[in-house]
Amino acid sequence: MEGRDLIQAYRLFDCIQCGRCTGGCPLSLKSRFNIRRLIYEALIDQDIDLQSKEVLWDCTTCATCTLRCPKGLDPTDIVIGMRSILVDRGRIPPTIRDALKSLAIRGNPLTMSREERADWAEGLGVKEISEGAEVLYFVCCSASYDPRAQKVAKALVQAFKKANVDFGILGNEEVCCGSEARRVGESGLFEMLQEMTLETLKQYPVEVMVTTSPHCYNAFKNEYQGLAIKVQHYTQFVAGLIEEGKLPLSKEVKRIVTYQDPCFLGKQNKIFEEPRKILRSIPGLEVRELDRSRERSLCCEGGGGRMWAEGTNPEERLAHTRVQEAIDLGAEILATACPFCLLTLEDAAKTVAGEGGLQVMDIMELVVEAL
Amino acid sequence: MAPRIGVYICHCGVNIAATVDVEAVTQFAQGLPSVAIARDYTYMCSDPGQALMKEDIKKLSLTKVVVAACSPRMHEPTFRATIQEAGLNPYCLEMANIREQCSWVHEEKEEATRKAMQLVAAAVDKASLLEPLTERRVAVTSAALVIGGGIAGMQAALDIANAGFQVYLVEKEARLGGHLTQLDKTFPTLEPVAPLLAEEIREVERHPNIDLLTSTEVTGVEGYIGNFKVKVAQRTTDLIREIEVGTIVVATGYDLFDARLKPEYGYGMYKNVITGLEFERLASSSDSKEGKIWGKELQDVVFIQCVGSRDKSVGQEYCSRICCMYTAKQALLVKEMLPQARVTVLYMDVRAYGKGFEEFYDLVRGEGVIYRRGNPSEIYKRGERLVIRAEDTLLGEPIQLEADLVVLATGITPRHDSLKIANLLKLPRSPDGFFMEAHPKLRPVDAVTEGIYLAGCCQGPKDIPDTLAQAKAAAASAMIPLCQGQVKVEAITSIIDEELCSGCGICAEICVYDALSLHERKEVMSINEVLCKGCGACAVACPSKAIKLSHFTPAQTLAQVYALV
Repeated sequence: MEGRDLIQAYRLFDCIQCGRCTGGCPLSLKSRFNIRRLIYEALIDQDIDLQSKEVLWDCTTCATCTLRCPKGLDPTDIVIGMRSILVDRGRIPPTIRDALKSLAIRGNPLTMSREERADWAEGLGVKEISEGAEVLYFVCCSASYDPRAQKVAKALVQAFKKANVDFGILGNEEVCCGSEARRVGESGLFEMLQEMTLETLKQYPVEVMVTTSPHCYNAFKNEYQGLAIKVQHYTQFVAGLIEEGKLPLSKEVKRIVTYQDPCFLGKQNKIFEEPRKILRSIPGLEVRELDRSRERSLCCEGGGGRMWAEGTNPEERLAHTRVQEAIDLGAEILATACPFCLLTLEDAAKTVAGEGGLQVMDIMELVVEAL
Repeated sequence: MAPRIGVYICHCGVNIAATVDVEAVTQFAQGLPSVAIARDYTYMCSDPGQALMKEDIKKLSLTKVVVAACSPRMHEPTFRATIQEAGLNPYCLEMANIREQCSWVHEEKEEATRKAMQLVAAAVDKASLLEPLTERRVAVTSAALVIGGGIAGMQAALDIANAGFQVYLVEKEARLGGHLTQLDKTFPTLEPVAPLLAEEIREVERHPNIDLLTSTEVTGVEGYIGNFKVKVAQRTTDLIREIEVGTIVVATGYDLFDARLKPEYGYGMYKNVITGLEFERLASSSDSKEGKIWGKELQDVVFIQCVGSRDKSVGQEYCSRICCMYTAKQALLVKEMLPQARVTVLYMDVRAYGKGFEEFYDLVRGEGVIYRRGNPSEIYKRGERLVIRAEDTLLGEPIQLEADLVVLATGITPRHDSLKIANLLKLPRSPDGFFMEAHPKLRPVDAVTEGIYLAGCCQGPKDIPDTLAQAKAAAASAMIPLCQGQVKVEAITSIIDEELCSGCGICAEICVYDALSLHERKEVMSINEVLCKGCGACAVACPSKAIKLSHFTPAQTLAQVYALV
């Protein structure tokens, strides 16, 4: 793609420059990134020089702009298209380049070994899907390798077992869903990972695939071509288990919690109710709502390749603001349902509230406390 | 008697003549069977062109006429009138469309000429089989029904009643006035609405020709232009009444866009985020007095334009037309009530298109209302105050405005029950959901269904003067059949062969005009020729081939087809 192709590919002429995209952009208050202006520049100048637009890497692809656009444009996708032009010319921040390289070689962006992917599950008695199961649990790179996010996978396993769910994992056959690769503009790599996953999944006819991460969920649900399996985010699946009485939550958790809507779950897939349903099912738990929630939730700044992008947009992440809002609300726990949110918010909580201050937890960790 | 056909080939200036060799076509036509005369002329529809035709009809005793020219949609009525003036039945005309279907779509002259010849030959063959048809007339019930007692319906009712006709004015609510009852002052003249409205209501209520039916809904409509039978049900008494009218004016109004569908603005969550209509109430209530609103001297008031207008994300693609000006008016009212307050309007375009609007917009800015370009993206809370996140697109800077009160300029949407009304009256709706006019330019007041006219916001967003203009136009149009006392009905209708009909009723099922029914005694289908619009759907559907459409009989149509293939 060239700069001049952007106009037709993304219907830039439909833009009326209302400013809702940039006005709602969580990054626009701390970065010079201005998608409204970029669209205008690309529209009036066919030879737009994107090489100098390093701000493009600041976008978290939270898709608030897409949600707000009154003309049905998808500014998030426009950013991805612009990034792809940069990627094609090798203009890419070094840390993102490293992550992409790792994805291509190892199937994960974290420069970890393929063979260690399922190490987290050792001793937990988790089946490999090749042994046959009704439910496929798609773990995600973060939850497979990151020690903090691994706890979410382990909690989910504990809940599955408690509810007698017949499930299995892909083990070392699992590779990254490719969502982040697509979002940094590497659509070729995304397609490669998609093909690998589709090939693997073909061998295992399961009823439903459950994901840890809203990012994987979104990719499977909305971006994969030709995926025949039903996909659910774990909040949907677990809310179902609770509703059917298969997962009795009996222990009281006497804490005050508030919930961060992950962008890829809430804003992008309108899954607002299930996570709240789970929290409300936990006895003793007091659930408070942040003022900015649901469609107005604030991005933690972990998406769109931001987890890998060190060096650009160096100011503190929006997660700090979010943590402060949770503290102001009187919450003891800031719960979320996304590995990226979990990691960025916990980082921020350490800085803002210090150790022993606001606790950041995944919903699943609260669920297992109540088992 | 053998038909004697006159064929007239039009040049349409160069429109046809540049691509089609009209002289060659004329010569060709001259040699066709039954053709008594073939001529070409620069503009057949012009006075000399028509005179030519009339003279031939008389001198050469022509019995049928073929005009090869533009689309029949354009000039068929013209030429029907022409031959009628010369003493022929108007249905003894056949048109060959050699412009839209030939010269305009082809480039190669020889090919185009050959095609024009074929089209003319087909028309001649059909013309030789044409039969005279009679246009019937039916008497008109000398009364009108107006549905909706808002300002549009009231004005339409008054105009018709003042012209001396009986009017039934049906209003769903207990009282007249519609949305106007909720407004404080009008733009751009800042006239208080209440006295204007009270005067109009008084006039309607007192009018001897107006039968006012409040708390009443239309529950059934049967019939056709000139003779509608309408069932109305009164909510409070459960009384059902049947009224007979000749014409109907639909003035059912609109709903306001539900701001909750844009959750990013926090409407329904924050009590100090209100809609424009709620502001009207606030402005005229005891909540705003002595330089205070809600007992407080508000520091910052922010107006947000285009809430539920020009917004595909909520399915509202169109501009609601009134919000720019009502916002300007409300901003000015705030400035007057709270001179110390900062009043900001966040907009993407200001559309001040009406009489006095731009001047009013100038005045409002002159009074200190700040306009900033950029439609906000979200609102959240900071303590007791609201924070509006937007981009000032002229600065290219994201902004966070604090406010004590936010007023959302919510747009106009079709009424929630507009589908119900559409079904009752068989009114098609435009893609935006408003009732569709018969032609966007030439017939903006007529509904697609004959005898029904549209007034006010049920047809599309409008301000008060435009609503009244359309109401008066609808009233005038609705009076035309009433004044004439009778209406023409379509001469081209379906004809049932009772020998062949088995009474199966398939035709009745597909007829959208309810023109077919089972004859009680004969047990065959019978057709109401007044309701029939001559669409021919029944003729195609009939398994016994018992129905044919006059002017498009199988023999006539096949003659045309054989000439072409």
